[in-house]
Amino acid sequence: MINLTINDQKISVTPGTTVLDAAKKLNINIPTLCNHPDLCVAGNCRVCVVEQRGARTLIAACALPVSEGMDIHTNTLKVRNARKHIVELLLSEHRSDCTKCYKNQKCELQALANEFAFGDTIFLDLVEDHNYTIDRSSPSFTKDDSKCIRCQRCVRTCSELQYISAIAVANKGAHQKISSFHDKPMSHVVCTNCGQCVNRCPTGALVEKTSIDYVWDAIYDPDKHVVVQTAPAVRVALGEDLGYDPGERVTGKMVNALKQLGFDSVLDTDFSADLTIMEEGTELLVRLKKALVDGDKEISLPMFTSCSPGWIKFIEHKYPEFLPNLSTCKSPQQMFGALAKTFYAQKRKIDPSKIVSVSVMPCTAKKFEADRPEMRASGYKDIDYVLTTRELAIMIKQAGLDFKNLEPAHYDSIMGDSTGAAVIFGATGGVMEAALRTAYEIVTGREVPFTNLNITPVRGMDGVKEATIKIEGCTDDWKFLEGAELKVAIAHGLVNANKIMKMVKEGKAPYHFVEIMACPGGCIGGGGQPIPTSMTIRQTRMKAIYSEDEHMVLRKSHENPDVIAIYKEFLGKPNSHKSHDLLHTHYVERDNY
Amino acid sequence: MKKTGLNKVDLIFEAVDPKEVLTKAFNMSNDEIIQQVLESGLKGRGGAGFPTGLKWKYTAAEKETEKYVVCNADEGEPGTFKDRELLDRAAYKMYGGMTIAGKAIGAKNGIVYLRGEYRFLLPQLLRELESFHKLIKEIGYDFTIRYALGSGAYICGEESALFESIEGFRGEPRNKPPYPTTSGVYSKPTSINNVETLVTVVMIIQHGAAAYNQLGTKDSRGSKVFSVSGDTPTPGIFELELGMTVQEFVNEFGDGDTKAVQVGGASGFCVPRKKFNTTIIGFEGVPTGGSMKLFNSSRSMYNVLHNYLDFFAEESCGQCTPCRVGCQQLLKGVEHVKKGAVKSTYLNELTKLADTMKIASKCGLGQSVGNAFKTIVENFKEEIIY
Repeated sequence: MINLTINDQKISVTPGTTVLDAAKKLNINIPTLCNHPDLCVAGNCRVCVVEQRGARTLIAACALPVSEGMDIHTNTLKVRNARKHIVELLLSEHRSDCTKCYKNQKCELQALANEFAFGDTIFLDLVEDHNYTIDRSSPSFTKDDSKCIRCQRCVRTCSELQYISAIAVANKGAHQKISSFHDKPMSHVVCTNCGQCVNRCPTGALVEKTSIDYVWDAIYDPDKHVVVQTAPAVRVALGEDLGYDPGERVTGKMVNALKQLGFDSVLDTDFSADLTIMEEGTELLVRLKKALVDGDKEISLPMFTSCSPGWIKFIEHKYPEFLPNLSTCKSPQQMFGALAKTFYAQKRKIDPSKIVSVSVMPCTAKKFEADRPEMRASGYKDIDYVLTTRELAIMIKQAGLDFKNLEPAHYDSIMGDSTGAAVIFGATGGVMEAALRTAYEIVTGREVPFTNLNITPVRGMDGVKEATIKIEGCTDDWKFLEGAELKVAIAHGLVNANKIMKMVKEGKAPYHFVEIMACPGGCIGGGGQPIPTSMTIRQTRMKAIYSEDEHMVLRKSHENPDVIAIYKEFLGKPNSHKSHDLLHTHYVERDNY
Repeated sequence: MKKTGLNKVDLIFEAVDPKEVLTKAFNMSNDEIIQQVLESGLKGRGGAGFPTGLKWKYTAAEKETEKYVVCNADEGEPGTFKDRELLDRAAYKMYGGMTIAGKAIGAKNGIVYLRGEYRFLLPQLLRELESFHKLIKEIGYDFTIRYALGSGAYICGEESALFESIEGFRGEPRNKPPYPTTSGVYSKPTSINNVETLVTVVMIIQHGAAAYNQLGTKDSRGSKVFSVSGDTPTPGIFELELGMTVQEFVNEFGDGDTKAVQVGGASGFCVPRKKFNTTIIGFEGVPTGGSMKLFNSSRSMYNVLHNYLDFFAEESCGQCTPCRVGCQQLLKGVEHVKKGAVKSTYLNELTKLADTMKIASKCGLGQSVGNAFKTIVENFKEEIIY
């Protein structure tokens, strides 16, 4: 243990601890800006500078490892003056149109300004000296360089967590900026629209492209029938933006709120998640049969899940030679969209051209996905607008709803039923677990051999997870799988996806089925989720997801009554011709820059 | 070791037999080499002045088997051109110094980080390197030197930015600690020394620390090569014994009308005429990596300052707030004071900002911007305002 004093208080901490973390243990708050618990230390904003007695300069607490006998002071006049200067300097380079800014009152720079830089401005305004640009090319987010404070959280996120580096630091000195390859627009580079940078940006430099006003317009248009679907991960995170601590399940209140906002029908993406399992599970079994029994060399294994649009764009850019390995299933959002303007329209006898289909997603990449030209199987744009969890919270506030005191309500019928298997789609490993629960039962006629259906080996926050399930006691149709060991892997965060892809490329991946989610922790850690998101918060949301699953009566996708009904009344059977038309898609190769 | 003239010295460029001096070094123990360098009192000749022997001692103490000697040949300080001359005329001694350093710290590999603008020297340097590699092989020693080239960024002369650049990354300074002696290039213990420092080491081994100690003062031992430029009838490279006053320097190099000397380049200090007599050039007074720029009364010190600030606003890596934004503010600030767009008392705010930059910037670049700013503003305030 290392002994040191901070503001004359003694503390012993393990070697390698930073002064910032040691101070936290003493409940001494040192302000930070470029620091983020998910990312490596940068030490570049300098807001956290502290005084170490005997040192020539102040030192950034986030980047300073403790050493024996250190005498640290966090609140001396020298430190206060430096901090004030630093915040003032950042403000002088930052377009401070706070009252109009999307991040007003959620901006970390604004919070620091409030503490350290109120009153007269010291420095000259530099904003007009810079030729700042606003990049609105991405359908998912806006990048406004005039709000950027060069903390490089986004750059570190893109390289460390996502292994993409669509954005990086360009130029030096006064001209330094965060930019893309050859300053190309974000829509024309390797960006996956995952929004992890948006989730970590401390200011309004990176924000989602909001659809709030379009959705309000649709709601108030008497000619339109507006349906809304909510993704599994939204219900365990929305509360954070509405006064709850992380980990609170607010499903019922959320449904009620959506009804009060004026949506004509409040439905559940969980329904189409169950449908995805039926389609994707069947696709996997068919691929296995073709490969193992028919000896078809054309069949690509392992099969990859295709629910995460960030992951889809990643593989399209980085490993296009493996596009045949992707399941052809659309994501639950897009399956839902295709059915909303076909099956749902028929059932409710509504002209599909009058239906506006809205989704609430923990994701910014879903905005891009909804805009893909392939996603018009219904003859219309399958999903008209995508709202992030954060945007829904804003709408609830705009409508003046007292969210905490809302009575819980139930989803509407037709595509509103769901199972626990669908709920866990929101956490890494969830799609795999849901698929196994169903596929195992299809093949053997029995439930998966795990206590209470909880397939724990595929759960948890490890970046890459592997599991093997031995298939025994197959029914006659599936005898060819008897005794086979189904090898699966799960990765979340594209840096981990890349690890698996490297193995696949080198021919070293023994898997049959691989689940990949673009965001750390899966959708619960999505780019559209409440800010802040950290490992602790992701874990809390994950716990809530599994608790939601445990509380469901139905926990297997194939038992979802709405799913059973839609196959009976509309689709026929999984992977039917109609399913293929509406629920499956194809992918495109993209440039790797 | 001959002393010529007032305090001009001819030591660093003195020809030596590389085989003789290297054999001498290889016959010494590592501790003996480090002890010699420590006793010589040699401080880094790049400008920062860290005791070379101490740097070697720390690097030698690291347990790691893979270590590096890096020679900083990214001479970029405005007004410095002495390493170019050394590379041109005494590269074999730089290689020798690196090899001796390698022996002392236990490194088998050396990297010369050569300023991009000096690429024209590379063919010649590589030819000399080839014969040098042959020579040490002949002596029976194993040490390999290679080159890495800069691309013109001033910041890459900062040691940790230089490592990043060698590794193929953007040249941005790292957080310290860890220092290079523990974690330098490729995160391995590294001794990084300036060209002149390494050349000087060869001369210390050649003549012995005691002889070297005859030159200079207690705080600034030995001699050093100065790059003299500006308003002087005799611009050029001069090796001078350390410890002279600025007045003595001006007596030798001035044009009779010198009003200020910028010691140490853009990141150094401006010494006005009234302080010539009381300012010693060396670590007890104003240190320098070699740049000595003389200004006579025809020069506007506002222009001088503006030029430096413009340089820093451009050459800051842009990573940390105090340096990136601070440089822009100082530049725009003095422009506004000059134009009368703000009150002249705004200079006080800017001086406070320069103080913050000195203590809150991440690396030596930002920390030294205030040197020129404060010494020029303090001594030539009227030229800035009117």
